[in-house]
Amino acid sequence: MSPVDIASSASGGATRRIGALVLRHWRLVSGSWPRLIDLAYWPTMQIILWGFVQLHFQALAGHGLAGAAVGGLVSAAIIWEAYFRSQNGFAIGFLEEVWSRNLGHLMVSPLRPWEFVSGLIVISIIKTVIGLLPATILAALVFHANVLEVGPALALLYLGLAVFGWSVGLFCCGLVLRFGQGAEVFAWAVALALAPFSAIYYPISVLPDWIEPLARLLPTAHVFEGLRAILLTHAFPAQSLLWVLVLNVLWFGCAAFAFSKLLDGARERGSLVSIGE
Amino acid sequence: MHAIAVEKLAKRYGKAMAVDGVDFIAPMGQTTALLGGNGAGKTTTIAMILGLVKPNGGTICVLDHDIAKDGAKMRAFMNFQSPYVNLPRRLSVRHNLEVYANLYGVPHAMARVEKLAADLRLEAFLDRPTGSLSAGQTTRVSLAKALINEPRVLLLDEPTASLDPDTADWVRTLLEEYQARTGAAIFLASHHMAEVERLATQVLMMKEGRIVDRGTPPQLLARYGRTDLEEVFLDIARDRRQAEPVT
Repeated sequence: MSPVDIASSASGGATRRIGALVLRHWRLVSGSWPRLIDLAYWPTMQIILWGFVQLHFQALAGHGLAGAAVGGLVSAAIIWEAYFRSQNGFAIGFLEEVWSRNLGHLMVSPLRPWEFVSGLIVISIIKTVIGLLPATILAALVFHANVLEVGPALALLYLGLAVFGWSVGLFCCGLVLRFGQGAEVFAWAVALALAPFSAIYYPISVLPDWIEPLARLLPTAHVFEGLRAILLTHAFPAQSLLWVLVLNVLWFGCAAFAFSKLLDGARERGSLVSIGE
Repeated sequence: MHAIAVEKLAKRYGKAMAVDGVDFIAPMGQTTALLGGNGAGKTTTIAMILGLVKPNGGTICVLDHDIAKDGAKMRAFMNFQSPYVNLPRRLSVRHNLEVYANLYGVPHAMARVEKLAADLRLEAFLDRPTGSLSAGQTTRVSLAKALINEPRVLLLDEPTASLDPDTADWVRTLLEEYQARTGAAIFLASHHMAEVERLATQVLMMKEGRIVDRGTPPQLLARYGRTDLEEVFLDIARDRRQAEPVT
């Protein structure tokens, strides 16, 4: 038998392996109406709720600055959902592998950890689009809140939230690898824990003085400051976006480092063999 | 070229030594069986070869490459089947095999799936959800996944555990034919002694994390003065008698 050529096995195929992982999850989602409905249901209900809140407060606030600020509630709700769906889509994609006890198969396949993470990112984008499309259309038609009016900065704001969502999702996945399925509660809990400090519906300045510096460490808070700047003053939020970029590089780097260490820890403890049982 | 070469392999969980200084060579084109009671260290040894568990000491080379260094690259040449992992239940058998054909970079993935479906008699349920299959059908699907990339090193953990005698015999024949055709090495952990006697060219007997004896099935039978491997297994597991010194 000829010696193995590991160079050829290593060089190509990353795209194909990532595609295989994405295909596996796409088939899971597209083949299940309950899963598709579940993806769209929660964002849509959020928009309906915040839409009526916005209508009520707009009637009270009139047409001044307060009215304009209130007018951003639905847009903020949609954009927050973009964060939540990104984080959740990433983490649930990973947890699907744990729940189905398929993680061991993936971990001994040629799929590299970075390819696994890339696949989960693509999966989270697909799930976010499926989840947010009906809510966005509903917001525009019923509540006249067209997030596309935010302009080209919307793509950057969305990207900023999505990257932070992937960072948090990646860290949660690392916790599950290291500490087992009991840690999966973080996939849902972290987003809610971050929400008050992300200044979604109010400016950072509303927060108590001692919390404000902590909030400024979150890319989400800068995204919503930027969104408010666009909606209220129509100014391009260059400074906010710069902070989002810097903080995201920092947080994603920390999450990737933590995931790598937690994966190592799982290999040390042997928990990859029994995860999902 | 050795399929697997393990030297001074050790794994400690807390104060317990799960694997304690294990050495062996699994040659190409042959089947090496790992035998031992529950907790002897078989699964941990296989998990370390696969890279699922990090050793505390020792080296593992697969196809002459150190897996601590080249593990990710070597996985393209290996595969495994184990009762400790499942394929996604909601995907059809065909879709699961296609996913793994792509993960392993198999050329002409669809054709490979069809070929394996024919070889392993999966056609009748190829488009059914994997979770709806019987235990025996699930084992055959797991085996198809393990053969998807035509691995040079195939690791099997209890490959016929849930199969009826007829199907189990048929699977053993399939493995023998696969090995004869490809020259692959098979590394097998099993509690089925007749299976080991039939398939294995080398048997490693594990107890409390160590290899306490080794040899071909006829060598072990002669050494312990027994007529079947089950008696040898019980002798070792229960410390009933010592092997005759090898002359």
